Amino acid sequence: MTTATQTAATGNHLSTGAALLTLMKLRTFIALFAVIIFFSIFAPNFLSTANMILMSKHATQNAFLAIGMTFVIITGGIDLSVGSIVGLCGMIAGGLIMYGVALPLGYTVYFNIVEVAIIVMVVGILIGAINGLLITRLNVAPFIATLGTLYVARGMALLYSDGQTLPNLTGREDLGNQGFSYLGSGSILGLPVSVWILIVVALGAAYFARFVPLGRHIFAVGGNERASRMSGIRVNRVKMFVYMFSGFCAAIVGLIISSELMASHPATGTNLELNAIAAAVLGGTSMSGGRGTIGGTIIGAFVIGILSDGLVMMGVSSFWQMVIKGLVIIVAVVVDQAQRRLQQRVTLMQMAKAG
Amino acid sequence: MPETDDVILELKDITKAYSGIVALKKADLKLRRGAVNVLVGENGAGKSTMMRIIAGVERPTLGEIWMDGERIQLNSPADAVRHGIGIVFQELNLFGNLSVAENIFATREITRGLRGIDHKAQVEKANEFLNRLEAGISADTLAEDLPIGQQQLVEIARAVSLDTRILIMDEPTSALSAAEVDVLFRVIADLKARGVAIVYISHRLEELMRIGDYITVLKDGQITGHAMVKDIDTRWIVRSMIGSDAKDFAKQVEHEPGEEVFRTENICLPRAQGGYAVDHVSIGVRKGEILGIYGLMGAGRSELFECIMGRHEHYTGKIFVEGDELKGRDTTRRIREGLALIPEDRQREGLVQSMSIADNLSMASLGQFLKAGFHIDLKLEKSAIMEAIRNLSIKAKNPDFDVTSMSGGNQQKVVIGKALMTGPKVLLMDEPSRGIDVGAKADVFRTMRRLAGEGLAILFSTSDLEEVMALSDRIAVMSNGRLVTVVDRRDATEEMIVSASAEGHKTKRMHA
Ligand SMILES: Nc1ncnc2c1ncn2[C@@H]1O[C@H](COP(=O)(O)OP(=O)(O)OP(=O)(O)O)[C@@H](O)[C@H]1O
Ligand SMILES: [Mg+2]
Repeated sequence: MTTATQTAATGNHLSTGAALLTLMKLRTFIALFAVIIFFSIFAPNFLSTANMILMSKHATQNAFLAIGMTFVIITGGIDLSVGSIVGLCGMIAGGLIMYGVALPLGYTVYFNIVEVAIIVMVVGILIGAINGLLITRLNVAPFIATLGTLYVARGMALLYSDGQTLPNLTGREDLGNQGFSYLGSGSILGLPVSVWILIVVALGAAYFARFVPLGRHIFAVGGNERASRMSGIRVNRVKMFVYMFSGFCAAIVGLIISSELMASHPATGTNLELNAIAAAVLGGTSMSGGRGTIGGTIIGAFVIGILSDGLVMMGVSSFWQMVIKGLVIIVAVVVDQAQRRLQQRVTLMQMAKAG
Repeated sequence: MPETDDVILELKDITKAYSGIVALKKADLKLRRGAVNVLVGENGAGKSTMMRIIAGVERPTLGEIWMDGERIQLNSPADAVRHGIGIVFQELNLFGNLSVAENIFATREITRGLRGIDHKAQVEKANEFLNRLEAGISADTLAEDLPIGQQQLVEIARAVSLDTRILIMDEPTSALSAAEVDVLFRVIADLKARGVAIVYISHRLEELMRIGDYITVLKDGQITGHAMVKDIDTRWIVRSMIGSDAKDFAKQVEHEPGEEVFRTENICLPRAQGGYAVDHVSIGVRKGEILGIYGLMGAGRSELFECIMGRHEHYTGKIFVEGDELKGRDTTRRIREGLALIPEDRQREGLVQSMSIADNLSMASLGQFLKAGFHIDLKLEKSAIMEAIRNLSIKAKNPDFDVTSMSGGNQQKVVIGKALMTGPKVLLMDEPSRGIDVGAKADVFRTMRRLAGEGLAILFSTSDLEEVMALSDRIAVMSNGRLVTVVDRRDATEEMIVSASAEGHKTKRMHA
């Protein structure tokens, strides 16, 4: 923008428009600051360190799912199964710690915590792979395929313990599987471990989207599948990847929640898929595919996380919370549209100036 | 110049701004009744933008529209239809999942009261319009099953059936061959006689000379010239369009082609309705050779290219690159093995509309910019993109803008650039000059020559006789799926090629 060289008199109008445009482009950021400022005034103790850490933990859970969801939505799909994968993976983590794996001949194998985490992540990836196979090989629409796995995975989580919670996942010293709580409650340099993991995953995903061919192909596939195929992109491979990655993110969340509570409950993660979708959309991901950024999604996840926690702290009823969350999402999309129109006007004003 | 006052529509001081670009700057335009009003200009001059404004698709940022001496507002396509304005858009706009008849009558279905749509009547009426265009299309086929040329005819049939007072045609013939153009011109003459004001946009200058009455030149969003077609010649058009005489694209760099790098043997693609879309085609191309494939619509050129790229599951025959037979039916592998295709339908198969110009250019060749096997070196990528933009003179203010923000012709150049960036051994170009202006054509043709000089083997298809004569080392003629003849350019004459291209069609037309 060339506002610097303009005289104040003629440039006034233009710079207002241009400034407004910049504001709108940064709308997710602004929304984030707005919720933070609002609640620091109206919610007692909002800015306390303890609360900040608690909130960042909650937002982190949304953010993991939203990163996976962003890639899926960019390819033009949707993954409704992530909330259920969270629940099932949490149950598997709990089960492995408490009961191990029973082998024939009466042996039972117990795994240490690292092994448990790896197994659970593999399970998440496999469920994602099932989604991917349904969508690419059997041509099931993503909405339907993942709706199916949503029910199947939730049902399996409930069957696993007959609907019971698996409490007290402290592990046993003689089995060498203690320390599960580190993931959910540990901290490094004052930041929760889960936040550190989020930073790694988010940076990795953002790097992947820009610097790795497969990441770039995600955008191409979502924008025009046929043209992608004609350009030699292996469309099915790209789709398999995004659903597997989404499953992987869900598995991490399952681990973190179980670790935080030191218990696994089969209903954990219910409705989290909706939060993830909302965060992605709030961050500027287009539901029709082809567009979106990891950075925007993370901010979106934090806006939603802070909003829910802040409203709870203010004592707003949970019914009102739902209404407000819904309105925020709608406003975000409306602003998105307004930005486009404004952009036209600003161009015109710039032209008028240039003569 | 004698100006009749038979003006039906007038644009006054129209300005249209998009984000970052001003497409029209205070442009005036008068459209006359019972005449063909031709609009010319380089790619990106603003022709389509102006037409979209008249059709109510876009609203002018500033300016007025007057019709029959009254100021009117065109806020939506429905407004335009109410004022008797119809349009054939530059890019195809059909509902692929609906039948041809349903497309033609979309939004004004023929109904039988409460019993809903009268499909039989729609099909009958649609067939009437299609027959007037001698399209050879049955109105109950699905639109997406038609090749692009026939889709264009359906678009035209729809616009004609609207019975409008103003009919805009934005490059209606870009996917048509000579025979269909002749029929279309008869239809246009008929409309003209009935007093319809026609707006005609095309980059095929000889068409403009044949059909036009008034000609208006647009340059960078401004009107720079206006004349009666009978007073001018094509040189005038070129000069007022690009400011200088056309660059001579026919200039040949003489070099001897090398050994054969590409060969097909007995490629066959059965048609669903029986018979063959591609009928036992065996053809070879040598290193550094440009083979032009001429044919009329439905000759099977696109289908042949698609078979070569592994697009069709059920074709038979063999394909060799440098003597090795290509196995499998996998486009990705074909590209790795050195083939590249510039598809005919740039919107559906060429571009990713949601991505930027730069991303579109590099999407097929990311593998070339890798470090450590997975990391894309952005600098390397960027410099390759800039080189492509320069080589093809793509008018891109900023490569990071959306690809859809460019004019049709520039989008076509991006599709060409993308294929070239994969560094192929054999390049298949399906109507590469579709929709690009004379200057750009020269750029593309010079690029083709240069690449051939560097040892690339090129197969290109075209329905433009002049183009195939000027550019090819050898000319192949296809007709109704069969390869009728292959001749050396030095031995080829226009008559010979035209008669060969009609060979398989005569019998087919009679059946139709
Ligand atoms: N949706 C859009 N957003 C931004 N810029 C646009 C948009 N549509 C068109 N433009 C710009 O407006 C200018 C005029 O485009 P237009 O499509 O009217 O050209 P044209 O004369 O029809 O060219 P062609 O012969 O290639 O079809 C171009 O510079 C183009 O980049
Ligand atoms: Mg155009």
